[in-house]
Amino acid sequence: MLMHDIPADQIRAMLPPQLARRLGDGDQADGLPRRSFLKLATAGGFALGLFPMLAEAQDAAAPALKPGQQPAAFVNIGRDGTVTVTVNRLEFGQGTHTGLAMVLAEELDADWSRVRAVHGTQAVAYADPAFGMHLTGGSTAIKNSYVQYRELGARTRAMLVQAAATQWNVPAASLATERGVVIGPGGKRADYGQLAEAAMQLPVPTQVTLKDPKNFKLIGQPTGRLDAPAKSSGQQSFGIDVRVPGMLTAVCQRPPVFGARLASVDDAAARAVPGVKAVLRVPLHDGGEGVAVVATGYWAAKQGRDALKLQWNDADREKVDSAAQLASYRTLAAKPGHVKYQADLAPLAGAPHKISAEFQFPYLAHAAMEPLNCTVQLDGSGAGAKATVWTGTQMPGLDAAAAARVLGIQPENLTLHVQMAGGGFGRRGLPTSDFVVEACTIAKAAQAAGIAAPIRTLWSREDDMRGGYYRPMHVHRAEIGFDAKGKVLAWDHVIVGQSIISGTFFESAMVKDGVDTTMVEGMPEPYTLPMRLSVHHPKLNVPVLWWRSVGSTHTAYVMETLIDEIARTTGQDPVAYRMGLMGEKSARHRAALQLAVDRSGYGRRQLPAGRAWGVAVHESFDSVVAYVVEASVEGGQPKLHRVTAGVHCNLAVNPRSVEAQIQGAALMGLSMCLPGAAITLRDGVVEQSNFGDFVVPRITDMPVVNVHIVPSADAPTGMGEPGLPPLAPAFANAVARLTGKPLRELPFKLA
Amino acid sequence: MRRLNVNGVQREVDVEDDTPLLWVLREQLGLTGTKYGCGIAACGACTVHLDGVPTRSCVRPVSTIEATEKIVTIEGLSPDGSHPVQKAWVALDVPQCGFCQCGMVMAASALLQTKPNPSDQDIDEAITNICRCGTYNRVRAAIKAVAQGSTKSAGLSILHVDGSVT
Repeated sequence: MLMHDIPADQIRAMLPPQLARRLGDGDQADGLPRRSFLKLATAGGFALGLFPMLAEAQDAAAPALKPGQQPAAFVNIGRDGTVTVTVNRLEFGQGTHTGLAMVLAEELDADWSRVRAVHGTQAVAYADPAFGMHLTGGSTAIKNSYVQYRELGARTRAMLVQAAATQWNVPAASLATERGVVIGPGGKRADYGQLAEAAMQLPVPTQVTLKDPKNFKLIGQPTGRLDAPAKSSGQQSFGIDVRVPGMLTAVCQRPPVFGARLASVDDAAARAVPGVKAVLRVPLHDGGEGVAVVATGYWAAKQGRDALKLQWNDADREKVDSAAQLASYRTLAAKPGHVKYQADLAPLAGAPHKISAEFQFPYLAHAAMEPLNCTVQLDGSGAGAKATVWTGTQMPGLDAAAAARVLGIQPENLTLHVQMAGGGFGRRGLPTSDFVVEACTIAKAAQAAGIAAPIRTLWSREDDMRGGYYRPMHVHRAEIGFDAKGKVLAWDHVIVGQSIISGTFFESAMVKDGVDTTMVEGMPEPYTLPMRLSVHHPKLNVPVLWWRSVGSTHTAYVMETLIDEIARTTGQDPVAYRMGLMGEKSARHRAALQLAVDRSGYGRRQLPAGRAWGVAVHESFDSVVAYVVEASVEGGQPKLHRVTAGVHCNLAVNPRSVEAQIQGAALMGLSMCLPGAAITLRDGVVEQSNFGDFVVPRITDMPVVNVHIVPSADAPTGMGEPGLPPLAPAFANAVARLTGKPLRELPFKLA
Repeated sequence: MRRLNVNGVQREVDVEDDTPLLWVLREQLGLTGTKYGCGIAACGACTVHLDGVPTRSCVRPVSTIEATEKIVTIEGLSPDGSHPVQKAWVALDVPQCGFCQCGMVMAASALLQTKPNPSDQDIDEAITNICRCGTYNRVRAAIKAVAQGSTKSAGLSILHVDGSVT
């Protein structure tokens, strides 16, 4: 998500009033929330919280806080020396729980073998310190919380050192720390666990000195994931694994056409299914209706749902047809829309070389391995009602606010516990809070029907696949004029696609002059081109959403295949042409591309017959990734063999995690290319339903991926998404070199 | 009541006959390491061993399983994550989101039981599980590491960021 460049005051203007008011209380002139530190009472040991503002800190310090509760602590040291770091981001594979724990542990001089990481809640303390709201997205965790977690570690260390100094009656400056131990004169040692309670009695230092990066012991070291043992042994609990005593499971039948309402419900057979406790007609967040079947477990609930006889009233709903939609998008693309960039297009007519290209991109489902789910427990009703929500979400603050609204309870009476999530790729970051709102609606309806049990709403794979919020379908049209040396004389570019942002609370900040900024991100950078760029945002009855790397999923493809085509047309090496076009200002792009070229053997190594090189480079979310790939065409199908990545993410906090993110993002980029990777609609209904008809890559599709990182000591930038955008164009460029024909449609189709 | 042999223990469960084994494990027995991913035997997140054979539990009605058949779930593979496949998974940092990994570990451990030194083709045929995070290369490397008894030399020529090669 491209949200990192929005001023904090604009963010707050977009937020629900409750959250905005709370975040706004502590504003400073620089727009960043004021930070204050607070020690939290625990049963034993030490807990330090960092609060975005004083008012919230005072709230949290109220006597209601019971021993052992840590509503907003970031670091807790137990008597046994175990350091528990609460990470203010959703862990869904990207490694942020290991990365941010490393950052804190570095300044704390913790014993890494005794560090663990846990999720937080929607408590305002866990808002992104730069962005001002709870968010896991836009590859911002390490970037925005690097200093935050270093400071937390440093303050904690200072208090432990002071505690030892007091105990030993020596100056704090004479003490050193190492691997969870304070070391004093004469080799005296005290474990952090022994000092934790005494440290708790001390004031939190206002000033701390952070380490000189050259003294880092942990940051920069390839480090294994903290959660690897639990995830390899079945011990890791995900949202879907939440078990609350007495819990029932709900499965919801949503309308086949988005937003449709029920004409009739015959639930006699459903109610007769053993285990079914209730059949509930529920309003959905988009104005449509659904029927929830509540049962003792998933299977009974699903059997009950399968037995429903429903008739839908969808007469007033637009019924999208993908073929007709494509035709209308192509018509729209022929004329300019809302203008993002202006340019003089006069040279186009007389240009010696021209490319006239149209690109097509389908809707894409996120298809995270863990289907959506949300568990809700309601306690009491009326003014004092309380609720607890467990779910894997990228935006717990917004979801909690939406949940409280739907349940009709005070926000402070609701706690949302963020759960480990089995992937997400954007689907767990909903401006509409769709799956949380729905689960709360069902829990409320169940309570009204006399069911006192906690309710877990679980989506089937089919529900997840057909539930909308797809990467939007797009058509791009480009008319490019250039000379024999590849100098672009004029470039007219039109993009057609639904706006992700329009209609959400992000609209005021992220839709400018009718242009959704997430749709044009990545164009035409890093190239300086005389480009007129305009967009059309048709409105259709298909909900859309960000999908890992958002606009760059299509803009990088278009830019990097067209640049390659100009190089091919003018007989130039694609690397040399890019280097020349980028100029000196794009130093990080050049370094990443050069590293990938050097390590791949591009231009020096002879490829086996039938293989070709492909190149692409793209910046997204402040990190640059360049790919040099080897591909072939086998049996009429493009095949990707080897990928060499050059990465520029400034300081790599955990290089091993960077490598994993590149491998993962590359595979997800490859997923866009495979035949069958498309969501299509017919008569308003999504045609795909499961992994049988929405194709995702298997182990046999996976290329060798070698990752190389440009050394840098600059403040780190994110890596969750930037590895995705350049993969598909690099692959397409290799195939085009073999076939002589550009690939302008995803998934790939070789005519 | 239906009797099942799960992880070496006789269990009694009260479920409808058509209930897939997956939901019996997860909801009746609390063994949530076995995951629901697709419900159509396409993704393998629900893989368990049935008398040693990797089996997709999401489409296997509980009524088709005899009380004498030995069901092993990820929780029963080892008491403490010490199975060689699990150790290799941790050593090579295989999981990302981790949701598919229990199924991957079960598929890999079954493969290595029958083919202690699997070829790439053997791995391709046995690991039909879906991972959306892109851990496939590390999965392959970890299987080869177990086969070769070393996490340092899987023979894949994958160069890692720290300069090591698996």
